[in-house]
Amino acid sequence: MPVVMAADQVARSITRIAHEVVERHRTLDNLALIGIRTRGVPIARRLAAGLHDIAGTTVPTGVLDITLYRDDLMRHAVGPQPVLRKTDIDFSIDDRRILLVDDVLYTGRTIRAALDALIDFGRPGAIELAVLVDRGHRELPIKADYVGKNVPTSLSESVQVRLAEVEGLDEVVIKDASDS
Amino acid sequence: MPPIADVLTPDGLAAPVGLRTKDLLSIGDLLPEEIYLILDTAEAMKEVGTRSIKKVPALRGRTVVNLFFEASTRTRTSFEVAQKRLSADTINIAASGSSVVKGETLADTVRNLEAMAPDIIVVRHQSAGAGHLVARLCRARVINAGDGMHEHPTQALLDALTIRERKGTIKGLKVSIIGDLLHSRVLRSNVQLLQVLGADVSVCGPATMMLPDMARLGVRATTSIDEAVEGADVVMLLRIQLERMSGYFFPSLREYFQLFGMTPERLRRAKPDAIIMHPGPMNRGVEIASDVADGPYSVILEQVANGVAVRMAVLYLLADELQS
Repeated sequence: MPVVMAADQVARSITRIAHEVVERHRTLDNLALIGIRTRGVPIARRLAAGLHDIAGTTVPTGVLDITLYRDDLMRHAVGPQPVLRKTDIDFSIDDRRILLVDDVLYTGRTIRAALDALIDFGRPGAIELAVLVDRGHRELPIKADYVGKNVPTSLSESVQVRLAEVEGLDEVVIKDASDS
Repeated sequence: MPPIADVLTPDGLAAPVGLRTKDLLSIGDLLPEEIYLILDTAEAMKEVGTRSIKKVPALRGRTVVNLFFEASTRTRTSFEVAQKRLSADTINIAASGSSVVKGETLADTVRNLEAMAPDIIVVRHQSAGAGHLVARLCRARVINAGDGMHEHPTQALLDALTIRERKGTIKGLKVSIIGDLLHSRVLRSNVQLLQVLGADVSVCGPATMMLPDMARLGVRATTSIDEAVEGADVVMLLRIQLERMSGYFFPSLREYFQLFGMTPERLRRAKPDAIIMHPGPMNRGVEIASDVADGPYSVILEQVANGVAVRMAVLYLLADELQS
């Protein structure tokens, strides 16, 4: 099971993305982060902490559960449906620049669902996307604005992001489906 | 590596990701971890009701039939709101406006509905076991919305959600259920659910309205309302169901209120932070005084609000199983 990112690389990538966000935005006053459950949430929190360290601005951070927006709910899904959890966005997204945060960008379907969900909450001024890993194989015209690491993969592989907040350690590993 | 279901229920059970059963007919069919799954899902569903656009696409393209053979305002509206919030297509059939009045049997009505391929049927009927009959006759998922004096599972689930929200947990709470025990499907569902979740349940009502199988339910029973209320965390009142009564159970409604009506004075024996619940519709001045119904301890309207969330959760979880 090759490790493609170790703990220090994960940390450095998130710090770098925070710098890129600051670089790209004249001000962070109108920015808000929204993490996609499950692993987008701790990444968004770490990004918010990074932005605070760099720019001194506290950026509001929300939590989005996209389960109710999935397009495979009524189909034979790859795995079991995740348990529905609470969406928690305690600020208005109207006219804000929203930075969506997720762990892995793959087919783009999760992001499609997240965009649909966000638009049910209001009319953001703009939506950007940050991911820790882009593994390719898009099925929809979706592209990340900030990428921690591009990891070329084959379709038979799966990319697993483990985070201290969820699994107790930070690492990104590639697993071949035939191994499991 | 395990799936993302990385939470444990309060009892330390691994959270399941779906329901095992095709239908929701009785609380007894649910495992404790399935009950927690429904309650947790309902908690997440509540957020949808706080949005300006109160709609998510989860059940888009699914057809749900609400088949109601008995009068209902709360339950039918609650199911319908839940279905609409999940984007399902809803069809309401009430017995009074249907071919039932022309003499069609329940089985024939259901076979005809089944021919139109609904995905879920929500059924309320005056006979116990009606939901089970419908479930046997059709492929559609069936939700029992009250079958005679038997069960009303979604009511018990919404009561549990309300108690859990207010008290943090259900385990160890002293719950007193008072009123027309004999005719109450709410009682039968609630006793099972609350006992599985670890509550200490006792019941109180006139001797004429005790259940014949009280011992089997495993609850303490008393005819003294003061004894029932003493130290209670939750006081749940049941409606006097005149429409189901086939004899004389007490001399008058006035006398019932004198002996069993919940008044502010009687409530003083409960815990200072006790909550008052009622499944509705209330008979003010019969089982509950207006001062109590509208008082600070009353969570009756929270129950109604939670009803929508619980029904969204049940519809969603059953529809989720449609895939397998």
